[in-house]
Amino acid sequence: MSRSKTTYREAVRAAIREAMRDDPRVFLMGEDVGRYGGCYAVSMGLLEEFGEQRVRDTPLSESAFVGAGIGAALGGMRPIVEVMTVNFSLLALDQIVNTAATLRHMSGGQFSVPLVIRMATGAGRQLAAQHSHSLECWYAHVPGLKVVAPATLADARGMLGTALADPDPVIVFEHAGLYNMEGELEDDAGAVDISRAAVRRTGKDVTLVTYGGSLHKTLQAAQALAGEGIEAEVVDLRSLRPIDDATIVKSLSRTHRALVVDEGWRTLSLSAEITTRLVEQAFYELDAPVGRVCSEEVPIPYPAHLEAAALPQPEKIASAVRRMLRA
Amino acid sequence: MTLTRDHGLHLYREMLRIRRFEERAAELYTEEKIRGFLHLYNGEEAVAVGVMQALQPQDAIVATYREHGHALAAGLPVNEVMAELFGKAAGSSGGRGGSMHIFDADLNFYGGNAIVGGGLPLAVGLGLSDRMLGRDRVTACFFGEGAVAEGEFHESMNLAALWKLPVLFICENNLYAMGTALDRSESETDLHAKAAGYRVASEAVDGMDVEAVETAAALAVDAVRTEGKPRFLECRTYRFRAHSMFDAQLYRDKDEVTEWKGKGPLLRFTKRLSEAGLATEDDLAAIDREVMEEVDEAVAFAEAAPWEPVASLTRHVYTDAQS
Amino acid sequence: MPEFLMPSLGADMTQGTLVEWAVKPGDRVHRGDVVAVVETSKGAIDVEIFSDGIIDQLLVPEGTTVPVGEPLALVRSDGRPEPEAPAAPAEAPVRPVTREPAPEAPAEPAVPVEPSTPAPAAEARGEAAARVRASPAARRRAEELDVDIGKLQGTGPGGAVVIADVEQASGPGPAEEETPNPMGEKPRALTEAPGDIREIIAAAMTRSKREIPHYYLSNWVDLAPANGWLADWNDSHPVEERLIPGVLMIRAVALALERFHEFNGFFRDGKFQPGDGIHVGAAISLRRGGLVAPGLRDANKRSLVELMTAFRGLVARARAGRLKASEMAGGTITVSSLGEQGVEEVYPVIYSPQVAIVGFGTPSERPWVVEGRVEPRWLVRVSLAADHRVSDGHRGALFLEAVTHLLQEPDSL
Repeated sequence: MSRSKTTYREAVRAAIREAMRDDPRVFLMGEDVGRYGGCYAVSMGLLEEFGEQRVRDTPLSESAFVGAGIGAALGGMRPIVEVMTVNFSLLALDQIVNTAATLRHMSGGQFSVPLVIRMATGAGRQLAAQHSHSLECWYAHVPGLKVVAPATLADARGMLGTALADPDPVIVFEHAGLYNMEGELEDDAGAVDISRAAVRRTGKDVTLVTYGGSLHKTLQAAQALAGEGIEAEVVDLRSLRPIDDATIVKSLSRTHRALVVDEGWRTLSLSAEITTRLVEQAFYELDAPVGRVCSEEVPIPYPAHLEAAALPQPEKIASAVRRMLRA
Repeated sequence: MTLTRDHGLHLYREMLRIRRFEERAAELYTEEKIRGFLHLYNGEEAVAVGVMQALQPQDAIVATYREHGHALAAGLPVNEVMAELFGKAAGSSGGRGGSMHIFDADLNFYGGNAIVGGGLPLAVGLGLSDRMLGRDRVTACFFGEGAVAEGEFHESMNLAALWKLPVLFICENNLYAMGTALDRSESETDLHAKAAGYRVASEAVDGMDVEAVETAAALAVDAVRTEGKPRFLECRTYRFRAHSMFDAQLYRDKDEVTEWKGKGPLLRFTKRLSEAGLATEDDLAAIDREVMEEVDEAVAFAEAAPWEPVASLTRHVYTDAQS
Repeated sequence: MPEFLMPSLGADMTQGTLVEWAVKPGDRVHRGDVVAVVETSKGAIDVEIFSDGIIDQLLVPEGTTVPVGEPLALVRSDGRPEPEAPAAPAEAPVRPVTREPAPEAPAEPAVPVEPSTPAPAAEARGEAAARVRASPAARRRAEELDVDIGKLQGTGPGGAVVIADVEQASGPGPAEEETPNPMGEKPRALTEAPGDIREIIAAAMTRSKREIPHYYLSNWVDLAPANGWLADWNDSHPVEERLIPGVLMIRAVALALERFHEFNGFFRDGKFQPGDGIHVGAAISLRRGGLVAPGLRDANKRSLVELMTAFRGLVARARAGRLKASEMAGGTITVSSLGEQGVEEVYPVIYSPQVAIVGFGTPSERPWVVEGRVEPRWLVRVSLAADHRVSDGHRGALFLEAVTHLLQEPDSL
């Protein structure tokens, strides 16, 4: 199989392009997705290829265009709605939580909402407290939604197609720090399963559970620990709702120790949820309390050194593991 | 447009059915057969009935949480709507929605939305899908005047006008957003002027006059269909009953309610029919009897209908998880 | 007579105060008329009536607080015929206020039934005050290995006992050195689940029955001398030095093998390989099912007391699932005793690649001819299964006779 060099950004773009070529019902809508080429340049060139009907620049009206995506999905289309960042998506929270997630249930199963909402998330680029937060868990809390977080090129390339094929609303979180990530991808890479977590590195001493932008920091930490004789297993959740309990429980049952790495804040978070599930389902496998490395409980600050200190970092992850393994 | 006897009696029956249905609903609420919030449409029947006359079967409807009138006028089976109010599995939404969330996929009835303004973006999206698929369909989107204060109203108005979407926005201006009078919440109380600000052709009509509503709606729907652009229709009306059942109505004078009741759509249309010699008292009494029977039958149906078993509680959350 | 009831105007309304009657007895009322004003938490609300009629009697004076559903007034029919109830089911002609809950929705889920597991051991309940700091996994492991977690020094976070501490504590003592595995087989994990044990037994026994031409011999052994000797011994020795009959049998087999070495060793690569010593494998059944036959090394060179101690250790470790690999496969012959099972005779299967196995049935009191007279005696049936590729029945009979003879002279053991 031949492989080509690509980036996360290009992989997402390839996925959108493929979906739009394959299905005339698919269209892209959002702020600056057309003329500008996407605020993260993901949709560069798509307007030229597909035209203004299918690559629609919207006014700065998150609630209206996300709601319009819901309506268009109800009307038979397969919209991809891009919201610039999860922070702005709060302006559309009503439509996502009160309408997209509930319509199927409120209507007694009569209406499905086959909508995909893509949004960037995460910190690391000195964008301060209104452009940097990781609020994935707000959406992962809601029954009726599915939430995925592609962390690899293959997932960036493959999750979108699967999400579009899903009859229910799926939110895709793309960590803004990953768009420039380079790597090789098989030329015929395509849709991937979005229901299972993936073991990205195997190890016997501790299970590191993470997702999205934190995956790579966690892998770096695991690499460093390997040099000290600590073999860490790294599990990439991939799907934040539903959560693949089986994979994390299985891994913990091998290693007997778990550390959750989450760029969200610690309090009432995804990391809290993962921890609880491990305790509920694998209590007698635990040889140490479940650990967590999360963002500090502070809005993300602007200065680089403070921002870095607020976020999970490989060294923080590695020391948490060392503390867990040594008295 | 000349009113014929048949059409006159049809309009009368449609409005009376809503009135009688909701009177029974209120009674059943006091008896605790119906729970949750129950928002009654008494006084506003001419709006739903008038607009529905202008729609074609393929057209879509987006309604609010005060939507019994829209559901019945759109042709949803009375039995199913009543069963929905009871929360029974035989209800329009399988009992999962209740009074505020009545849906019917077969009739393109996209539901009771209980978020004020929440239905407008949805209607814009339905219009967008129609535009993109080249489908001949108009979406009628009902909302109260309270929604005009929401950002979603302005965002939706702008988007529909910008993208030239086939949506008819129908503002049911009953003067009170729950307990807040229009002039206590809006700097501009002439609502149809707001739509004009988005270059949406708009008109205000007497919402207590079913013929006037029908005529205005027919023109507006026709314009949306032919021009492929949104329109805005403000129907000035009044709610005779409380906002919901548990409401002491401290915010308005009883005299005001009495005065509006004198202009009520049924009273007014009865007078119109008899003055035009289109119906006798006996004709109307016969309709009343038939409507009452229909409502009684709906209540009996709802009473007798089974509850959904708790075992299926988690249904209808995801499409692939149907049990 | 129909009743006018205190209406429920909201899910959170449980009662209302009747502040004003808008009607008096004798008044004609119509459906929709306001008949009373009720004060609620949301203020005074006009209350309408839903039937036509004449007010017969006011049941509640103004100023009274009344729960939802209570009758406030009686309403008499005004003489006009009541509208026919539309084919209503017979059981629901009138409309009494019923506050039945939805039948399928009990207010509270049933309390889960207490699992019928035995109460925790008294010691576990008593130690709440000084609870040992240990991980859940370490606790479970300690239970499996029968290790007292309270006596361990934890090396985990905060000094907690972790799995590694438990496993180390349960491991072999320093005196027991690792020995090479005489069977040359790949050591298996020592924590096999019952399913694994079953698989191991299945594989070994299938191979044995497929490859080894067994022959069988058996003999009666009079236990009177051994029993007498044991009783004396146990009476005169402290508890830790007391013996069981099984140890005498193992010892007898071991000593007999010194003269019949073709029963001690392995058949491998088409030929017999004598054992590097006499290591008697003792078949031990496990609580969870299955059995193992760990070897008692140099059983011919150890005293009865030493053998007893070693045997006791093997049993404990075997049942805790933590035998060393070398022990697991350490026998050069196996002794299988079904002493407590009530069977007369054992027809054992050779533990390949060994070449012989000795079985003891259950000792029982039987008639026995002693010097021409029938006497009741405690007897046990000893049997030998041996590999015909290595030995013949003649030698086998002599070997079995030697074992029998040794058991008649316990002082020699």
